[in-house]
Amino acid sequence: MENSKIEFRNVSFRYQEDMPWVLKNVSFTISADEWVAIIGHNGSGKSTIAKLMNGLLFPQEGEIYVNGQKVSRETIWDVREKVGMVFQNPDNQFVGTTVRDDVAFGMENHGMPRELMLERIETSLAAVGMQGYEEQEPHRLSGGQKQRVAIASVLAVSPKYIILDEATAMLDPKGRKEILKTVLEVQEQRNLCLVTITHDLLEVTQADRVMVMNEGEVWLEASPREVFSKQEQLQEIGLDTPFITKLADELKAAGISLTREPLNHQELLEELWTLRSTM
Amino acid sequence: MDITFDHVSYTYQPNSPFEHHALKDLSFQFSSGSFVAVIGHTGSGKSTLIQHLNGLVQPTEGAVSIGSYHLQAGKKNKKLRELREKVGVVFQYPEHQLFEETVEKDIAFGPSNFGVGEEDIKQRTKEAISAVHLSEDMLQRSPFDLSGGQMRRVAIAGVLAMDPDVLVLDEPTAGLDPRGQKEIMDMFARLHKQKQLTTVLVTHSMEDALNYADHVIILKDGEVYKEGAPLEIFKEKEALQSVQLDVPEVIEFLGEVERTLDEKISYQGQSIAELAKELAQVVKGGRDHE
Repeated sequence: MENSKIEFRNVSFRYQEDMPWVLKNVSFTISADEWVAIIGHNGSGKSTIAKLMNGLLFPQEGEIYVNGQKVSRETIWDVREKVGMVFQNPDNQFVGTTVRDDVAFGMENHGMPRELMLERIETSLAAVGMQGYEEQEPHRLSGGQKQRVAIASVLAVSPKYIILDEATAMLDPKGRKEILKTVLEVQEQRNLCLVTITHDLLEVTQADRVMVMNEGEVWLEASPREVFSKQEQLQEIGLDTPFITKLADELKAAGISLTREPLNHQELLEELWTLRSTM
Repeated sequence: MDITFDHVSYTYQPNSPFEHHALKDLSFQFSSGSFVAVIGHTGSGKSTLIQHLNGLVQPTEGAVSIGSYHLQAGKKNKKLRELREKVGVVFQYPEHQLFEETVEKDIAFGPSNFGVGEEDIKQRTKEAISAVHLSEDMLQRSPFDLSGGQMRRVAIAGVLAMDPDVLVLDEPTAGLDPRGQKEIMDMFARLHKQKQLTTVLVTHSMEDALNYADHVIILKDGEVYKEGAPLEIFKEKEALQSVQLDVPEVIEFLGEVERTLDEKISYQGQSIAELAKELAQVVKGGRDHE
């Protein structure tokens, strides 16, 4: 579809008139089939972008379009059907007394017929591996399970875009891996666009594209490989690079020439193995 | 202060259908001045353990000693107030607990509750704000106008103003950006040395446990699963994985180097630059088994 994208056109936003701008003339496009990771220091405007995408906030200047439709107070329900969001704190996003009620809640808001709701509850809980938990009380689940239910609630509305706003930050490493795996499976199956806002560098290396925010502006849009090749500049704006990138840099300093910026252990090991066999 | 757990068990809602044994016959000792990392999967008992350190909970069985303070099952401790003055706890997301109109009042809240004199409080507030690397100009601002990272520092300053001997940190870097994480951890490392604190860090970051702690204790289902020096503990990849923990990335990578290149580089706390030099030697063949 021609218009399958989220578009920010010259968007500026501040929380109050006497406060500084949080976003300054931001423009970018995210297309419906990609995984974009947004990174940036605390306060760089990442979460504000997420909230603008589904009409939780509205910009003072510029426009935001979701699949060609301008996001405004009149269109937010249409927009929220397309853009689903999972937040950081699993405890803040439950309304139902059971998992089933909770997944149903979003659909009720969109006025879906009962038959369809029952079917969607089942399929979306299955998609995140939480079937069988329908009657459980959400607050008794582990953090990772809660986030999976939150994702199921979003999936039930069948959105085109899913935004994860530091959705794994409060989980332990195992919970983090599980959620990421779940999300990637769902993305593949349902052909979704994924926008992840994160500090987790390993997660960033797996995205299709990275958007780096700095002080309310888009600092760079590029592939993970290209982004992490700018180690020094990233550090200047308060970000870090993965261990493997740092090691590759030091290897170059130690006289080892690598053909490309490695993104994971495997890539670096393969290069080292090849280099050694030719020396 | 020395910290000793002697056969400590803790049971939530005993004799009810919700009975849950969070700690089971836990015994260990941290000596004064050590920097201990407590790690373990969610639900392994980490939070319950640290709640014993300032008497928020009392053992169901066994005894806990923190310096000269004792918490014993079934006995009422009359010195809890003193203990809480000595043991500062930085809870998860401590900035959620800020509430005063100004940063200064928020930092002063703890010591004034414990009856510290006004002059002394002023002095402590100044020291605490500089210890967390914020400027004194901030003292008159509202804590709610600050950034997330700054708010966390203010909350930590409030704990430091109590002038504790033991600092307990429950995932102090969660939610901060990478630079913020490193700054906060470096700050705790510096305070630990300067003030000769005993520091107990609960963390999900194996990297932090490796880089900052001198002793690691791994909990599993409320019991001590492993205990020892970080370099020793993190050698045991299989043992860690069986309790769903990872080894720090640098150790993981060196393991892969050994498998792929058949060269052993052992990790002894080298910097990334030092490791790169060793690896370069391997690749260039200079490390040929002469």
